Amino acid sequence: MIALDDIDRALLRALVEDATQSASALGRRFGLSQPATWRRIRRLEESGVIAGRRLRLDAEALGFGVTVFLGIKLATRGRVSLEDFERAVSAIPEVQTVEHVLGLFDYRLRVVARDLPDFERVLRRRIMTLPGAGEVEANVLLSEERLPGPL
Amino acid sequence: MLDDTDRKLLRYWQAEPSLSPGELAEACGISAGKAARRIARLQDRGIVKGNGVVIDWGALGYALEVSLRVTLDKTQPDAFDVFTAGARQVPEVIEIQTFLGRVDLRLSIIARDMKHYQQIYRSRILTLPHIAEIEALMHVARIKTREGLPL
Repeated sequence: MIALDDIDRALLRALVEDATQSASALGRRFGLSQPATWRRIRRLEESGVIAGRRLRLDAEALGFGVTVFLGIKLATRGRVSLEDFERAVSAIPEVQTVEHVLGLFDYRLRVVARDLPDFERVLRRRIMTLPGAGEVEANVLLSEERLPGPL
Repeated sequence: MLDDTDRKLLRYWQAEPSLSPGELAEACGISAGKAARRIARLQDRGIVKGNGVVIDWGALGYALEVSLRVTLDKTQPDAFDVFTAGARQVPEVIEIQTFLGRVDLRLSIIARDMKHYQQIYRSRILTLPHIAEIEALMHVARIKTREGLPL
């Protein structure tokens, strides 16, 4: 675990917003030289704080009008291999994220579809037929905001 | 509308958001100038909304992530607005989603450990207005994280 100072935190916030900015542009903004900025970014990457990149796309403009979160309970716990379930569910292109959770459900999925009939097709043909899939709860996403977090 | 080249470009780009315009052009088999023009157009039209780093909160010492599924007291006409405005003030809340379904809202909360979580939950979450019911899901593992669209 690494400790961050105020400049690191400001850099991280700027990079979450836009990671395509050059080290010299970021340096000018935060009063650092280009090499000093580059070293800080390098350190954030090497320590694993920067875990990767994400391209933010407008799903609706690309024809994906519906996002649904599914809570899934495995039907026969113990007899189903979690690895088999995870492999099969991760292979479905419409499934954007898979999280193993503890509580009311075993897994939480984020599923994208063109519209509700398309979602029904994905649900019936691909998700309900997964090995071990039991009870399913669906919530249709209406709005979503991501916050900077404790930086 | 988008043509096949746009889709191909977006497929490569969302799979590897750190690719430069030149590398994207090469992957798609188009000229650098053509790729740059298409990228600019996708950004101008708001289809590509951003390209940012993803933070691994675990590397910063936030070992726990909890999903809180919230049902609101809908007899209060402004329940959603007042609740979300309050949730935005809690630094450890990193995501707010609203739903059509069994639950109204979901908050994603990060914490350093159980004690820290308990403290946030009691002093910052349970004090938010208009809560009718709360359920917690504890994150165990992320199996699939890339929020790619099946383009």
